[in-house]
Amino acid sequence: MLQISGLAAAIDGKPILRGVDLTVPSGEVHAIMGPNGSGKSTLAYVLAGRADYAVTAGSVTFDGHDLLTMEPEQRAAAGVFLAFQAPIELPGVGNANFLRTALNAQRRARGETELDAVQFLKLARAETKRLQMPDDMLKRNVNVGFSGGEKKRNEVLQMALLRPKLAILDETDSGLDIDALRIVANGVNDLRGPAFSALVITHHQRLLDYLVPTRVHVLAGGRILRSGGPELAHELEERGYADIVAEAA
Amino acid sequence: MAAVTETLDTVQSVTQSGYKWGFVTDIAMDLAPKGLNEDIIRLISDRKQEPAWLLEWRLKAYAAWQQMTEPHWAKVEHPQIDLQGLHYYAAPSKKPGYKSLDDVDPELLRTYEKLGIPLKERAVLAGVEGADNEFDPDQGRQVAVDAVFDSVSVATTFRETLSKAGVIFCPISEAIREHPDLVRKYLSSVVPVSDNYYAALNSAVFTDGSFVYVPKGVRCPMELSTYFRINARNTGQFERTLIIAEAGSYVSYLEGCTAPMRDENQLHAAVVELIAFDDAQIKYSTVQNWYPGDAEGRGGIYNFVTKRGACRGRRSKISWTQVETGSAITWKYPSCILEGDDSVGEFYSVAVTNNHQQADTGTKMLHIGKNSRSTIVSKGISAGKSNNTYRGLVRVLPRASGARNHTQCDSLLIGDQCGAHTVPYIESRNPSAKVEHEATTSKIADDQLFYCRQRGLSEEDAVNLIVNGFCKDVLKELPMEFAVEAQKLLAVSLEGSVG
Repeated sequence: MLQISGLAAAIDGKPILRGVDLTVPSGEVHAIMGPNGSGKSTLAYVLAGRADYAVTAGSVTFDGHDLLTMEPEQRAAAGVFLAFQAPIELPGVGNANFLRTALNAQRRARGETELDAVQFLKLARAETKRLQMPDDMLKRNVNVGFSGGEKKRNEVLQMALLRPKLAILDETDSGLDIDALRIVANGVNDLRGPAFSALVITHHQRLLDYLVPTRVHVLAGGRILRSGGPELAHELEERGYADIVAEAA
Repeated sequence: MAAVTETLDTVQSVTQSGYKWGFVTDIAMDLAPKGLNEDIIRLISDRKQEPAWLLEWRLKAYAAWQQMTEPHWAKVEHPQIDLQGLHYYAAPSKKPGYKSLDDVDPELLRTYEKLGIPLKERAVLAGVEGADNEFDPDQGRQVAVDAVFDSVSVATTFRETLSKAGVIFCPISEAIREHPDLVRKYLSSVVPVSDNYYAALNSAVFTDGSFVYVPKGVRCPMELSTYFRINARNTGQFERTLIIAEAGSYVSYLEGCTAPMRDENQLHAAVVELIAFDDAQIKYSTVQNWYPGDAEGRGGIYNFVTKRGACRGRRSKISWTQVETGSAITWKYPSCILEGDDSVGEFYSVAVTNNHQQADTGTKMLHIGKNSRSTIVSKGISAGKSNNTYRGLVRVLPRASGARNHTQCDSLLIGDQCGAHTVPYIESRNPSAKVEHEATTSKIADDQLFYCRQRGLSEEDAVNLIVNGFCKDVLKELPMEFAVEAQKLLAVSLEGSVG
């Protein structure tokens, strides 16, 4: 269970989040929608522990951990995964090597045994196959020379392998064609279960057709302005955010 | 100059009478008296039972060296080295020439063990890595080790297999005795005795090193490996290596270095000469991790090395691959003289500097033969308060039509107190030659570190991963067992460089 209370955060002294309250119980998928610049990505980064964002108020607990006091890698080991809006390139670093290093670092942190190369490859090949990705995805350097769609799919592959308890997807659907969109949605749907929850940041109703959320929240001006069921996404698709924002002002 | 002469005279007068009996037996080490002069050179030559021609050669080098001054063009700073304060000869007190490892001082073997040096013969592991495997597992490859402890080689393995193939691999002092014609013919044929200050010094006082001769058409049946180690306090090490590959032969030679912690600076000035004839290939790999000094820049090895290979024959090829993580100061430019038509020179380098280390390293490619080609890939990594300079020369002479060079020079900065410098010299005197130079400088970006950490890697592991990725083009040129060692070394060298 993720519990965010009164969370405020700033970058370079400029306040972005202004008191976010949000609870995501285990087993649920929550969508976050909202106009550009409303603080959606900031929320994702703050949850993952990016250092350039200063938390100025509020608290975040996840599975009983005080998330805000943990290093990014500790949060990762605790099960927090962020699918980046703009995945980072790591020249010269093979994808399989990167993933195995990451997975084993998390397993080590949790006191689990590490996977050897053979065990890991078996697992990785099974996941790439399931996600309908070409095998050479594992051989290529992390995100180097990947198309926009490939980068997003690579994030989903990483998520599938790392099996997080909380997945935060920051506009993972943007720029994807309908097939890729389905793959991304399936990637999340496959992980769904009583011990998994997700926070899906998106601009489009389209993704939510495949990835039906438990709840939908509207984030604008650094606050959650409205929450509702999946039907809220349809309403937003038709009428936009203007009414909600005006209502709150 | 007058002061130097005066010092020499003083030292001479003080120590002259003592030479014959001048060995100080101290903690099982034989030491020549401190200082350098003709008598010390005679003593070295005498101790090594060298022929008269070699003594003359040494004295000639010494005379040349006396006329030279220390070079100051490199971007390194250090206090004046007191060359008269060094011992120029040190030998383990037990007589060299052991029949087996059982005869070797067990203390020495333990030291090697601590350093993780595979002295005993062994089959190299055939590693099975996955799809991302960067190094093809070469199955069951063997490595021959010629270990150098201070100045005298004490153990050599695999001699028999090599001699069956006709390959000579032995300490150079032994080669001087057993194969004087070969040594005499090729010694200083690539690096003349008066080539530079440190090469001249080395020629005057070198005590040992390795000798390799691969006969015509022979592919050396195993990787050759020498571990140098500096142990004696205040002993300058002056190693001399000579490798000759006859027409159509192939040899891969590995050199690795470790040194224990020392407070004082120690000088190392080696000379390595390689000669490749028609269609011959020499692959020379180095992993250098000598003591770099402490975090405040105290102590550490001064490494002033002259390495040069001559591609004498047509289609001959010499590759230098180096991973330089150690030493307080590195001054090193492994070079190729591409005399033969269609000859190939390669230089792959990773140089890491951290804390107060200084490295000024690079290569020289001299294109003389037609269609000679060279490739330079240099990866410099600077962290802490260190300075890392690539200095390279590509010179195409008028006869070298169709010559090609490609240079790729990348620098990676960790932190904001270090420096990276690139000094490429390009001189082309043939209009048909093509010389390309690319250079990049990058920093490990915060978003790269964050991305890795979000996936569960510690900051240090993230840096290692990114650094290894940055160096991949060079590391993949190393023989497999060295590549693994090199990756570990990079990690150790950059410990504490972030955060």
